[in-house]
Amino acid sequence: MGGRFLAFVLAAATVALIVIGTVWPIPSAAAYAGITGPNTSYSTSTPEGAVDDLAHTIGQQNWGRAYSMLNNKSEFTQQQFINDIRGSYPGLRTYATLDTYEAQPLRATDNQAEVRLRLRWSTVVGTFLDTRDVQVVRNGDGWSPVWPLVKEQRVPPQVIPVNYLRWDVIYRGPGDDWGAQDVEAPHIRIVDMRPVQRAAGVAVLGEVLNEDVVPAFVSVKASLLRKDGSTLATEEAFDQISHLLLPKQVTPFLIMFPNAELSDVDSIHMDPTSNLIAASADPVVEIQNQKLSPAPYSVFSGDLSNQSGQIVNIAHVLATFYDQSGQLVWVGDQYIDRALQPQIPVPFSIPVPEDLARKVSSERAVVATYSNAAFQ
Amino acid sequence: MIRIACIFACILSATALPAPGQDASLDVPKSVVAGTAFSIPAAGSGKATLYIAGPDGVLKRDVQLGQPIAIAASDLDDAGHYIAVLASDSSSQTAQFDVIAANQPASISFLARPSRLPVDLQNGITGAVYVFDSYGNLITSPVPVNFELSVASAPAQTRTVVTNLGAAWTGMNSATKEGNAKFMAQAGNVSATRVIEQVPGEPCGLKMSAQKVGDKLNLVTEPLRDCGGNAVSDGTIVTFTETWDGGQTTVDVPLKRDIAQAEVPAHMGARLSVATGVVMGNEIRWEGKE
Repeated sequence: MGGRFLAFVLAAATVALIVIGTVWPIPSAAAYAGITGPNTSYSTSTPEGAVDDLAHTIGQQNWGRAYSMLNNKSEFTQQQFINDIRGSYPGLRTYATLDTYEAQPLRATDNQAEVRLRLRWSTVVGTFLDTRDVQVVRNGDGWSPVWPLVKEQRVPPQVIPVNYLRWDVIYRGPGDDWGAQDVEAPHIRIVDMRPVQRAAGVAVLGEVLNEDVVPAFVSVKASLLRKDGSTLATEEAFDQISHLLLPKQVTPFLIMFPNAELSDVDSIHMDPTSNLIAASADPVVEIQNQKLSPAPYSVFSGDLSNQSGQIVNIAHVLATFYDQSGQLVWVGDQYIDRALQPQIPVPFSIPVPEDLARKVSSERAVVATYSNAAFQ
Repeated sequence: MIRIACIFACILSATALPAPGQDASLDVPKSVVAGTAFSIPAAGSGKATLYIAGPDGVLKRDVQLGQPIAIAASDLDDAGHYIAVLASDSSSQTAQFDVIAANQPASISFLARPSRLPVDLQNGITGAVYVFDSYGNLITSPVPVNFELSVASAPAQTRTVVTNLGAAWTGMNSATKEGNAKFMAQAGNVSATRVIEQVPGEPCGLKMSAQKVGDKLNLVTEPLRDCGGNAVSDGTIVTFTETWDGGQTTVDVPLKRDIAQAEVPAHMGARLSVATGVVMGNEIRWEGKE
């Protein structure tokens, strides 16, 4: 009897909560669900409502309206506001869409308040978080946000001479005899490899060296084999690797096998492949001030400094973590959402799982770069 | 194609099951050099049809018995096993013969591998040659092939290898000095040349120095050489690492004109190290002067 009553109460509460959530959704949830229309206006009678309205408008990329909502718009132009959010140069931000947002009141007085706005942007390589503490001031009957504009540093116009190497390749032609010589694929070698059991599955970590004198486009595939020799799963490093390897350069790689168990694996077959590609030794990116903060909230952080004159549109930091004996512990990565301008440091931070962070004794980072200019 | 197959099948069955009244076999040479004219004597009288089936198809010709049948030089130029059938209303005659490649090489296929390798590698270069006559037939009779690997700085390496069933191969050592080598193979009057790029080996004795410039340290390597004294290729990545209490800076820079150079922040007591690939260089502890 008691059990039936409890089941009834739970069912009734569930239905009630669904109705409440549907009829009076919180603004961000309504936005995710697409319930709100493009011209929906949020109540600006509260600081949180004003920031919600701003975030929603930013999500719609209605820059004119978002700019007009700001209390401090006289301090910067609409273009500067857009650049602050989307970047001055093409980068991950430029093509990102607002996935979710969250406005959290920090403090409030009668005429002024502060709200922490977390904008989670979605890109082709995952999401990134942009957190801003937004001051909100009373404006008549409503509230109006004061946008904390972070003015992007700009490099003054100048000519930066560079004379880095470039490799071009001429392949054999279609009409050549079958015995005719072709250019040799670069010689690469896996110099380290280790499987690790994680909650999400098995991770195969390793490092690849280009031991040739020409650039290589590398990829690494791994197959988990059972005791009877059959293949359990095959995966590729995908973007958890720096695909372009210059001569004698080393990249870490990480291959995830979701839902796999290391206890089911007898051996691992590694299949590294390399292709000769045209490449440039430019740009050089220095990784400054690398630090690993101690566990439990361990983060590997530093600054990227573009040493060349070319804008780097997308930078991808790959970090390798080693224990005291020099054995691989983990491979982490982070995409930088803003373009790297010459000589202007851009921070990065890569979280390290707590259980692994306690074993880390040293670390090494490499940067893979992608520039629009490289494709022109 | 199906038609040719049917004709070929009919000829085979005619060869396997002699018809009543079948005469002795045709008088055809046991082997004929590809692209050579010859004749087949045809006894009897009246009209007949000659079929010659080989690897590249079937030749059909109406002939007059009692006169030799002339096969022109251009009729049979593909090496292989052939079956000839001379069929008339009353009888059929058969013969089998081989068309063989001419002994004179007219072209060669030369496979030289790899096109790029480190210096001073024993038997690191392999060359394989297939010898063909002027009709593209593999010459299976023994043919001497001369291999020559020449570099500017050393005497040429030569080998002579006789082909076995049309192929000859050899191994050569890469030179101790970097540079392009010409790898030539010659059979008869025909030759082919490949270029083998001999590149420096692993860097040897990687050493850097540090100098303070403003608030930065300028790290410069000595000219980078392999163990044979060859300059390591420009573009080779050299990694400089600076480690100090609470931080680290790394930079991967490409070698340019034999040296690599980078600027890192100057931290007193910092440990500076240099590496390229799996080769470690020297370490410097920065105490304010070097």
